[in-house]
Amino acid sequence: MDDSAHIRVQLRSDPCYLAGVRQLVAGVCQRIGMGDTACSQVALAVDEALANVIRHGYGRAADRPIWLSLWPLEKGDGHGPGIRLEIEDEAKQIDVSELKGRALDDPKPGGLGVHIIREVMDEVVYDKRSPCGMRLTMVKYAPCDDPECGPGH
Amino acid sequence: MQDNSLPVDIDRRPGATILSPRGDVDMSRAPSFRERVREAQAGRPARLVIDMGAVEYMDSSGLATLVEAMRNARTEGVELVLCALNPRVKAIFEIARLHQFFRIVPTVADAVEA
Repeated sequence: MDDSAHIRVQLRSDPCYLAGVRQLVAGVCQRIGMGDTACSQVALAVDEALANVIRHGYGRAADRPIWLSLWPLEKGDGHGPGIRLEIEDEAKQIDVSELKGRALDDPKPGGLGVHIIREVMDEVVYDKRSPCGMRLTMVKYAPCDDPECGPGH
Repeated sequence: MQDNSLPVDIDRRPGATILSPRGDVDMSRAPSFRERVREAQAGRPARLVIDMGAVEYMDSSGLATLVEAMRNARTEGVELVLCALNPRVKAIFEIARLHQFFRIVPTVADAVEA
């Protein structure tokens, strides 16, 4: 079975494109019937992931490549339709065990992105690409008891 | 050329300055927002109200700007009040567990009178 992405886009690591990517992701999630809340959460997670690549991976350089790939997921037992996303870069590789959200009991500016991603997505996996860069794989399913949960695609 | 500035209306009233950002506050626009907030805080108003009613979307970059504003306000003796958060923006405060650290009220009138 062909597992190639249904959508794959390459963008430059320029924060000005985050709004466009959010619209793309939210639009796809809406089309496959995920409901408004889940669509907003997926768009937020993608925004945070891209911002982390730009900020930490590329040191705010605005001319480096980032790839975003999407696969719709069928409804299953206990969940509605969903989406799998991969975000890949050519940034410096890091120890994935260091990617933890920081403690939230002391409000400080910054460091919230990883926490937000883990909070809103169902599966979050960071790994190293070969020969360089990092890959973030995220999965989100719409809850089947969500009244917004649509008919799928 | 892309414009990364965030439109922010400023209303200076006796006892309170009201900032009203308009649009999405993400990584591209948070620096512009931060600049406007710092300018308003530099005037040392007794109360700084940030009216979020026209902010449709905010990510952790916007949250970081507001957390910095809160810390500066405490240091400088300025009372910081947020108001009119839409449900999506309110949700990100809750995800980040930050709602408990801010004074958040429903409307601008509430914020000015609070």
